[in-house]
Amino acid sequence: MQLERRAEPSRALLVAAPFVAVVFTLLVSSLLVAWAGAPVGRAYALLLEGGFGSRFALTETLTRATPLMLTGLAAAVAFRARLFNIGAEGQLYLGALAAVAVGGLTGGTGLDVSPWLLMPAMLIAAMLAGALLLLGPALLKSRFGVDEVVTTLLANFIVLLFVSAMLDGPMKDPSAMGWPQSVALQDALQFDKLIERSRVHTGLLLALALAVGLWALLRFTTLGFEIRAVGANPRAAAFAGMAVTGTMVKVALLSGALAGLAGAVEVAGRTGYVTLDMSPGYGYGGIVIAMLAGLNPLAVVAAAVFVGGIQVGADSMSRAVAVPTYIADVIVAVALLAMLVATLLAQYRLRLTPRARSA
Amino acid sequence: MGTAWLDQIASLPFWIAVLRIATPLILGTLGVLLCERAGVLNLGIEGIMVAGAFAGWLAVYQGGGLWTGVIAAALAGAAFGALHAVLTVLLGLSQHVAGLGITLLATSLASFAYRVSFPKVDSPPTIEPFAPMSALPLPVLNAQTPLTLLALLLVPLLAWVLYRTPLGLALRMVGENPAAAEGQGLSVARLRSGAVVAGSALMGVAGAFLTLSAFNAFYFNMVNGRGWVCVALVVFASWRPGKALLGALLFGFFDALQLRLQEGALVPYQFYLMLPYLMAIVALVVVARRAAYPQALMKPFRKGER
Repeated sequence: MQLERRAEPSRALLVAAPFVAVVFTLLVSSLLVAWAGAPVGRAYALLLEGGFGSRFALTETLTRATPLMLTGLAAAVAFRARLFNIGAEGQLYLGALAAVAVGGLTGGTGLDVSPWLLMPAMLIAAMLAGALLLLGPALLKSRFGVDEVVTTLLANFIVLLFVSAMLDGPMKDPSAMGWPQSVALQDALQFDKLIERSRVHTGLLLALALAVGLWALLRFTTLGFEIRAVGANPRAAAFAGMAVTGTMVKVALLSGALAGLAGAVEVAGRTGYVTLDMSPGYGYGGIVIAMLAGLNPLAVVAAAVFVGGIQVGADSMSRAVAVPTYIADVIVAVALLAMLVATLLAQYRLRLTPRARSA
Repeated sequence: MGTAWLDQIASLPFWIAVLRIATPLILGTLGVLLCERAGVLNLGIEGIMVAGAFAGWLAVYQGGGLWTGVIAAALAGAAFGALHAVLTVLLGLSQHVAGLGITLLATSLASFAYRVSFPKVDSPPTIEPFAPMSALPLPVLNAQTPLTLLALLLVPLLAWVLYRTPLGLALRMVGENPAAAEGQGLSVARLRSGAVVAGSALMGVAGAFLTLSAFNAFYFNMVNGRGWVCVALVVFASWRPGKALLGALLFGFFDALQLRLQEGALVPYQFYLMLPYLMAIVALVVVARRAAYPQALMKPFRKGER
């Protein structure tokens, strides 16, 4: 059995690929639902209803999708340049910590800074924290050829330990009854609610604007062209006179900043302070979302809503029938692999003949 | 503080701990090494270790023997390895993304299966783990379980296969120059798939060491980055089994040391916990300039396509 490139990738198949992948995913997952002993049809109905079926469900899904959009964009732009940033989880936490470090300034120190000044300072601090965290692995990659996948993965563990030390020490909220929890942002720095009687906050608008911005950047600017060129073929890009290392650094700063911003947006929009469990894997989820979206920033928005909805829906379903919430992670993982295969099969066809003519 | 930690290093329990910490890393690193020598990056290791830890523990909990548990873990690892082989060898998908997908899938499936099997438990159910061997001449080895001995024996075995057998030559060839291997009449797809399945089985056993030897129960975050450390250790080891053992022992040394430094520490304990991860990054940087990656690593091979 072997693969043969289609003369022309079928447009119909490329469009159908995500849908085929989702149907396949639901079929596979239904086996697990049945194994858990729940009626499959009812479980899926509950999952859909819990994720998308009511005003409450939709607003919860959008709240969940907001940080996922940002980490999804972070992964999408990095992967476009073939910088495999798997460290969005750590960048998110460091961004959240930086946001609270700046945003908590006026708390007890007597500093009186206007929220109008402090708000942008807080967001910039978060972006800087995330960007600088990824700069290290990016430089190690371009200077020394150290694989960035491993360094960014290991950095996630280091950052989480650092956050834990900060929450036990200098940034601990003394009034939190011993829970490792940071001091809270002042009210003036928390995002406004976007929709009444819900948790959807203005961070969603920020994420949407950045998705459009990133799409435009990739499509219409020189930097965007360089990013795509470096991702497609770094040697050819260097031959054409592009500064590959420079582009890699810019991509790292951009990607890290987006992931760091996700941390600030979660703090300012939802939690108000940093805890060690504030992210249920938003960083890793962002990678899946970027892949599901084919690394297209606009499609990232849709993929984030899909993944967010599955997670919110699975939470709500598992309360009603005996299916563990981990089904959401299984669905997302299967969807990722199925999507990869479906996209590939739109470009290649499988041949069962043992040996085709040799090239 | 003072020189108390020096006394620690001179003590037998310290070196017993080093070897115990190193065991899953030896097994996992050999697994990654086997895959990469054949040209396939396997980032599924982190999840495969979780799946192996769970499968091995479950088999024993259901009444199987401890070695049945080890085999169950190897089979679970091999199954995910087969999936990784289909995705990366047969279909030629991105080895990075497919591997991360396998990690997500294996981790979530193990967690799901655990929760389905034990919906309402407050403390994780336990098993009777491997006992230390007692009939061996070396005191450091005597305190270990048979899985450690297995890991130590696998090092020369893998080295012998890779460097002294036709199979090993073929495996290294498909990792360096698959087109030439195919020209010699070797099947790149079969060799690579076989290496990934066997390597993943080792990763499964690495995970099972945690539930069947180091601890006696399954916890959700018990692998905790050990898989990623193995991926780093393979680069550090220049893809050689002997150096992989050395790297794993070095890592075990620093991990055991940081545990002991935590007692009466001046700095928050989290900074000591960071040490092993930092060491892994430092090790990568140190060897980076002369790292001799297998030439065809991460390059899918499709017949007749350049």
